[in-house]
Amino acid sequence: MRTLLSVLLIGVPVTLILTLVGLSHGMLEDAQNRTRGVGADIIVRPPGTSLLTLSGAPIPEALVNYLGKLPHVTIAVGVVNFPIQTALVAIGVDVRRFDAMSGGFTYLQGGPFNGPDQVIIDQYYAAQQHVHAGGTISLLNRDWKVVGVIAGGKLARIVFPIQVLQNLTSNAGKVSQVYLKLDNPQNTSSVIHDLKARMPDYQIYSMQEFTSLFNVSNIQGLRQFITVIMGVGVIIGFAVVCLSMYMAVLQRTREIGILKSLGGSKIFILQIILLEALLLGVGGSILGILLSFGAYWLIQTLVPASIQMAIVPIWWGIASGITLLGAALGALYPGISAARHDPIEALAYE
Amino acid sequence: MNKGPIIEVRDLRKVYRMGEVEVPALRGVDLRVEAGEFLSIVGPSGSGKSTLFHIIGGLAPATSGQVKVAGEDLAAMSDAGRTRLRRRSVGFVFQKFNLLPNLTARDNIAVARFIAGQNSGGFSPQFEEVLRLLGIAHRLDHKPHALSGGEQQRVAIARAIVNHPAILLADEPTGNLDTENSKAVLEVLADLNRRLGQTILMITHNPEAAGYGHRIVQMRDGRVVE
Repeated sequence: MRTLLSVLLIGVPVTLILTLVGLSHGMLEDAQNRTRGVGADIIVRPPGTSLLTLSGAPIPEALVNYLGKLPHVTIAVGVVNFPIQTALVAIGVDVRRFDAMSGGFTYLQGGPFNGPDQVIIDQYYAAQQHVHAGGTISLLNRDWKVVGVIAGGKLARIVFPIQVLQNLTSNAGKVSQVYLKLDNPQNTSSVIHDLKARMPDYQIYSMQEFTSLFNVSNIQGLRQFITVIMGVGVIIGFAVVCLSMYMAVLQRTREIGILKSLGGSKIFILQIILLEALLLGVGGSILGILLSFGAYWLIQTLVPASIQMAIVPIWWGIASGITLLGAALGALYPGISAARHDPIEALAYE
Repeated sequence: MNKGPIIEVRDLRKVYRMGEVEVPALRGVDLRVEAGEFLSIVGPSGSGKSTLFHIIGGLAPATSGQVKVAGEDLAAMSDAGRTRLRRRSVGFVFQKFNLLPNLTARDNIAVARFIAGQNSGGFSPQFEEVLRLLGIAHRLDHKPHALSGGEQQRVAIARAIVNHPAILLADEPTGNLDTENSKAVLEVLADLNRRLGQTILMITHNPEAAGYGHRIVQMRDGRVVE
């Protein structure tokens, strides 16, 4: 029982680390995929915005038309972003122009806008809200008819006609960012060069460069947060194993005395305690990895649209290593204590 | 018999300190045990038998005096030295058997070999013969809780002699056994001594058990009196 409880407690920080890392990877990968799904070659963002700025629409819509007429630009699509939740953004877009740029949404149910008060959502948000095409959902303090359910991985999970979101967010005539499709992707560098000369304050990226910015290092504070969680993992592993092995040493005082009477050295006793602690650590790591799949399943089942989690196998070893380090440190004191037991007193222990 | 002394004890003293009080357990013990001898040590509780047993077995250091076991001077030994002595030269048999409860009889014996650095394969044919002599060859895959007291004690004897120790120290080996099992264990010890020439020191309260030894040493108040 003690062993099972220890393995469970050691597994928790492993799950915590893997879930956190999985969430950061999953959400960034999801954002990358949806951005790539736009089908653009260049993105133009307003001056002074950070990578994860999700709201505001400071770009005049007239600029979209201007950009659309530049050499090599075939289509310019302005969009309005509006965060519904922390990582769930509604986007307003001219669907006709967006279809021309991206090849169009893939409708799993229903179809494009054909009337007022309508919204298009992707399959994950539909699953999370338990709604189908023709149903109603409440967003931005209003009820909306779900006119279409689209396949995920393109632009956004929630799509409004651009004017609707502009009006609702008091951004009439403005957009948050602009996507440009070129006549030939090979012209991307030259067009960006030209755009930077014309609009030096704007942030202008190729889509490849922009999506490459979606990584853990570029999200302020995320890496430090993961480091803190890893530290917590070491401390929990240390405390659990220390307590567990201390109890084990107390329970096995007589056995330790027997081993000493047989000629077991201090190092031998310490090795046994450390080995058991490491086995607990390995068991906890395996359980933690399995539990991270449980967390993945729960997230996929309950909130597939709001948060995404990836399974990141490379972190299995890192999380396990952190736990084993905590376990080894935690076993040192009980191990040394066991090694120092007086054999006669240990043999007399009841 | 008469292969020379394997244990030599001279003016051995042991004082336990209980807080600020000093309690003398041994007050100058002299003892000589020949190789191949089966010696019984008898005496009332508190006479110092167990303390003498612990010091000769390297489980505790002496306060003063000289103890030589198989030519090694225990007085000059560090804790690590006494650990080596227990591993190589001494086998213990305890009143409470002291088998590891989660291991089978076979593994309990194998642990002693492992600690002594003999990891290779199973038991030698000679030791298999000893196991048959002990009457436990067919019980080796059972855990202690599935063995009778007598069988457990015979497993403990097998474990004690698996590394061919110079001396076998038995502390009240029949103390937890009924008459029939006591007799069986004592017969086994006598047989080991007779057939293998195993030197045995046995502590006992039981005069009948003491009679199995070649010689009986009486202890009282921390001294050998007879």
